[in-house]
Amino acid sequence: MQNIALTEGVYYILLSLTKPMHGYGIIQNVLFLSKGRVHLAAGTLYGAINSLLEKGWIVALPEEKDSRKKEYLITEKGNEVLSDEIKRLKELYENGKDFLKGE
Amino acid sequence: MRKVVYKGFFVWNFEKEEKWLNEMATKGLALISVGPFRYEFEDSLPDEYEVRLELLKKSVDNPESESYIRFVEETGAEYIGTFNRWVYFRKKTKEGSFELYSDNSSKIKQIERIIGSILFIVLLNIFFGAENIYFMLSLDSAFNAMGFINLFLGAFGLIGIIRLWKKKKKLERDKDIYM
Repeated sequence: MQNIALTEGVYYILLSLTKPMHGYGIIQNVLFLSKGRVHLAAGTLYGAINSLLEKGWIVALPEEKDSRKKEYLITEKGNEVLSDEIKRLKELYENGKDFLKGE
Repeated sequence: MRKVVYKGFFVWNFEKEEKWLNEMATKGLALISVGPFRYEFEDSLPDEYEVRLELLKKSVDNPESESYIRFVEETGAEYIGTFNRWVYFRKKTKEGSFELYSDNSSKIKQIERIIGSILFIVLLNIFFGAENIYFMLSLDSAFNAMGFINLFLGAFGLIGIIRLWKKKKKLERDKDIYM
């Protein structure tokens, strides 16, 4: 079980890449998912993508001839990390919910 | 109409440089090209562009830098140019806010990169300055300003490094609480 918290950015990047997406697509999708709250900056996203590729949590898809944009997709390993993180977030959320009830 | 301004910034004042470029953009002068201490602007609407700059990891003609620049362009920014390893981008303000780094750890990495880019030359100046002065004094040779110049440059650079270091520490403290 992976028990180290992912950054908000990495969490949303992995969640976005359950479908193939290029860099700009990820930024747009994360903006959409977070209702405009999380705006990934290009440099930060680029660094995160490279780290995730190195870790083998995502892969770059073979480039199509007429497209210069590289697309990425989550791997099996990435899927595992993502579901572990969702479980961890659920725990955080459930415990917080009980706290609110007690008020 | 184009306007050229000659101006220099020390690397540890990169935020000041960026602020100045954005003040020009607010006035309707958008950066169009950069060179050695040279900034060229073109007329634009006031506040039409937001300008960002950063130090690249590798030299400009390295494939990794090229792929990074292309990546930033794909997010809707325009590549303006490079000077040394510094790259300049601009993006239309109507297309949304423009930042290159949105979290603390990538901001910290950028500062470390800037420190790394000057550390060697600063230490070299201090070393040769001290060595020069030491020999001048111990050998009772004629006065030689070189050592003092080196030492002065080194000390000046060191102040810059300390400033960057403090900035980095501040971000790291925040990182203990926030991401």
